Amino acid sequence: MATYQLNVNGQRKQVDVDPSTPLLWVLREELKMTGTKYGCGISVCGACTVHLDGVATRSCVVPISLLGNRRIVTIEGIGSDPVGRIVQEAWVEKDVVQCGYCQSGQIMSACALLKANPKPTDDNIEESMGGNLCRCAAYVRIRQAIKDASKHLA
Amino acid sequence: MVRGLLLLLFVGACIVMSRSAFSSNHFKRQSKSDGLVAWQQVYSVLISPRCINCHTATNYPQQGDDRHRHFANVIRGPEGKGVPGLNCVSCHQSANADSTGVPGGHNWHLAPLSMRWQDEDDQPLSSAVVCHSLTDRTRNGGLNASGLLKHNEEEPLVLWAWNPGRRQNGAMRTLPPLTHAEFVTATRQWIDAGMPCPR
Repeated sequence: MATYQLNVNGQRKQVDVDPSTPLLWVLREELKMTGTKYGCGISVCGACTVHLDGVATRSCVVPISLLGNRRIVTIEGIGSDPVGRIVQEAWVEKDVVQCGYCQSGQIMSACALLKANPKPTDDNIEESMGGNLCRCAAYVRIRQAIKDASKHLA
Repeated sequence: MVRGLLLLLFVGACIVMSRSAFSSNHFKRQSKSDGLVAWQQVYSVLISPRCINCHTATNYPQQGDDRHRHFANVIRGPEGKGVPGLNCVSCHQSANADSTGVPGGHNWHLAPLSMRWQDEDDQPLSSAVVCHSLTDRTRNGGLNASGLLKHNEEEPLVLWAWNPGRRQNGAMRTLPPLTHAEFVTATRQWIDAGMPCPR
């Protein structure tokens, strides 16, 4: 076990966990932040996506020992970000969610895309969102919501 | 008497010069030959899966010893680091994550297209073609001989090939055909021979 100091959504947190513990399980089990979902555990599905220093990252494959000083933003905190708020509003407006399990990861990846590229093409969206799977196949609505959010970004 | 002595000196000098020239040529021929042998050793490492999987000619990396396309439609992106939302570092951290089987190393990224070692059908380029791209400073990132040696000796992603971690099933990833020390020695021999390339 080892002690780690974390910055999660702007707040300082401390956890005592095994160094190999994936960030996902630190969030869910230690900090009880269950908005970030477990899907596959091997970075295939994207459900566990969070931002580390602004980079969309699969938290299920990040051992806590490799986190360093990177700032963590999760689905619980992304609404405090102007882009995140616009994306969440677009998600509601387009009624994107069906079962909803993958949507935390979808929104986190969409925010990373729009922060880097506020006016993405369909190809850009496909490339960036290709690692986020949706078993309900809500892909068309996800794309529409990203394009709607894009219209509200300068 | 003096003329005879001068003649003797002249003949002697010719013999010494002749031997010296022969030795020099002989050394160069041998050195180039040795260099080509060393290059083939270097090449055998470069086209091993641990190296060539990220020296593709396509817009995606490969993975596994069968060098299949990287899952999740991962693409190269403008700088060889993926695209926003799906960067290489979205999964690949600064070290291997053996608990999940995801390999990692400092600044994980694809080699630029100028350093592709495959054709667009994912087949390794010939020894000669790879050699020429490696020695062309307009394509190799501006590296001279010492820069190439340093790259093979110290670059973290090169070193990763000999510490590639475990797969998801817990098995160790296979290593290149030479040890890192042998790879560096072969690189040095090839460089010392003037970096000859096969025809």
